[in-house]
Amino acid sequence: MDLKKRVEQCLGPENFVVAMIECQGDLSVEVPKRSVVDVMRLLRDTPDLGFNFLSDLFGVDNLDLNKPKKKPKKKTEEGEGAEAEEEPKEKGPLPPRYEVVYLLLCLERNERLQVKVRVDENDMEVDTLTPVWKAADWPEREVFDMYGIRFKGHPNLKRLLMWDDFPAHPLRKDYPLEGQGEERHLIYDD
Amino acid sequence: MNQNPTPQTGHDTGDYVTVNIGPSHPAMHGTLRVVALTDGESLKKVDPEIGYLHRGVEKLGESLTYHQFIPITDRLNYCSAIPNNVSYEMAVEKLMGIEVPEKAQLIRVIMMELARIADHQVCIGILGVDLGAFTPFFYLIIQREEIYEIFEWFNGARLTNTFGRIGGVDADLPDDFDERWEELKPNVRKANEETEKLLTHNRIWMDRTIGVSAFSAEDALNWGFTGPCLRACGVKRDLRIDEPYCMYDKFKFEVPVGKNGDVFDRYIVRMIEMEESIKIIDQAYKLYKEMPADAPLMARVPKVIKPPAGEVYSALESPNGELGFFVKSDGSANPYRIRIRPPCYMIYQAFPELVEGELIADLVACLSSLNVIAGELDR
Repeated sequence: MDLKKRVEQCLGPENFVVAMIECQGDLSVEVPKRSVVDVMRLLRDTPDLGFNFLSDLFGVDNLDLNKPKKKPKKKTEEGEGAEAEEEPKEKGPLPPRYEVVYLLLCLERNERLQVKVRVDENDMEVDTLTPVWKAADWPEREVFDMYGIRFKGHPNLKRLLMWDDFPAHPLRKDYPLEGQGEERHLIYDD
Repeated sequence: MNQNPTPQTGHDTGDYVTVNIGPSHPAMHGTLRVVALTDGESLKKVDPEIGYLHRGVEKLGESLTYHQFIPITDRLNYCSAIPNNVSYEMAVEKLMGIEVPEKAQLIRVIMMELARIADHQVCIGILGVDLGAFTPFFYLIIQREEIYEIFEWFNGARLTNTFGRIGGVDADLPDDFDERWEELKPNVRKANEETEKLLTHNRIWMDRTIGVSAFSAEDALNWGFTGPCLRACGVKRDLRIDEPYCMYDKFKFEVPVGKNGDVFDRYIVRMIEMEESIKIIDQAYKLYKEMPADAPLMARVPKVIKPPAGEVYSALESPNGELGFFVKSDGSANPYRIRIRPPCYMIYQAFPELVEGELIADLVACLSSLNVIAGELDR
């Protein structure tokens, strides 16, 4: 049985599947944010799925994708997106701005699965995955660093790449590429 | 990053001493910093701090076109840039559904395996230097320089190769690759032999490496280990065999597996992998010779790369482990989001667990054996 059916069979009865997309053979499944840890445990422990390896975890900011098409972007003259948005966006409430993507891998069958949760700007908290896989430790810190998404229950949720009192979240789409002139002042207190 | 990192308690009571190692320290491979709480010589608590080489590669990628990003990928693992380039190209090709011509795939394989040898040579050479064995470093680094000569002669750059293009490779192997390779091969083998003679059965080397920072297979999988560090723990996993790309399923080679996951096993796994890489290059070159001289090197690719909207993840076995690129496109000429999955990022986050309880000198040995490259760690 192909992967899509097996995933559906596993997550379907609990109503965990929000959407399923296939792109060039990569299957991604969107799940509700509140049940992400349950979903991961299910995917890991169900025998005919057995996704026992967390390959990666990262965030995506969909701000530009959610923008209505006609609104010109700031950097149009630099060719950043004169004809960028081709997908027609349906009217109604915009989808949540952020995504957290989990890349899972089944070592026995060499199958990969992307699991996705959408995170709304007004509720930037996701349950941590560190009890399930220790590998989620630094990637979650990085997502927090770069997007400001907090991971509830993470043992050490500090910034990873930027310094601690850095005032912004640089991978957000509304953060300018050239920065905002932040400076790091080293304070030595002995 | 905190000015006053966490290990503080013992310092206050006077029982423990907090030692700051790095970021500017010859043993810390460039820009790594570790704050260690020590009890005499042994490590109580270790807190690695990264980000000193963070250049915002992923953010940069969002403002560049797909082709302009290839030179940026050189700066990830700068010891072996070619697998980085190919991994990124493969991700974009997957997104666009491009089939790369076989001849281009073979050139990629040859170059990637050369890069793997060079990377392992640096890793083992530096591991020796960090443990006080200076001679093997020279044997290995001379041969690594010869490999860089081949890269340089192929496209003009030693380290930042910007190898290949989306859809294939830009240039054919020069005609006298054969002679060059036949000349290089015995020298590489000889250097490896000399290194093995000096290190493998050396009493001091064995004492310093066997059992140091041993790691179980379960822990390694839980922490997301890949590559030689995972294989040293006894897990036979190699993307070249498990998820073949670039015609790797046509070649016969062994995947060495360790047992204890300690520094010695990581060293031995890398030593054997170099020999296997030589075998792969031989087989790939033989297949390459059978191709017609005018076989295409590039697939049909539009001048402006505009992949359809979508997102893919594609990974290959880089010298350090699984190097993956997640590329999300919104249909425009710039990638919407590029995520790099560097192998040593996952490995290095387990560093406290690897070295706590060991001696300070073993911290250096462990760090070298993991082959943490700050460029791909911090991006």
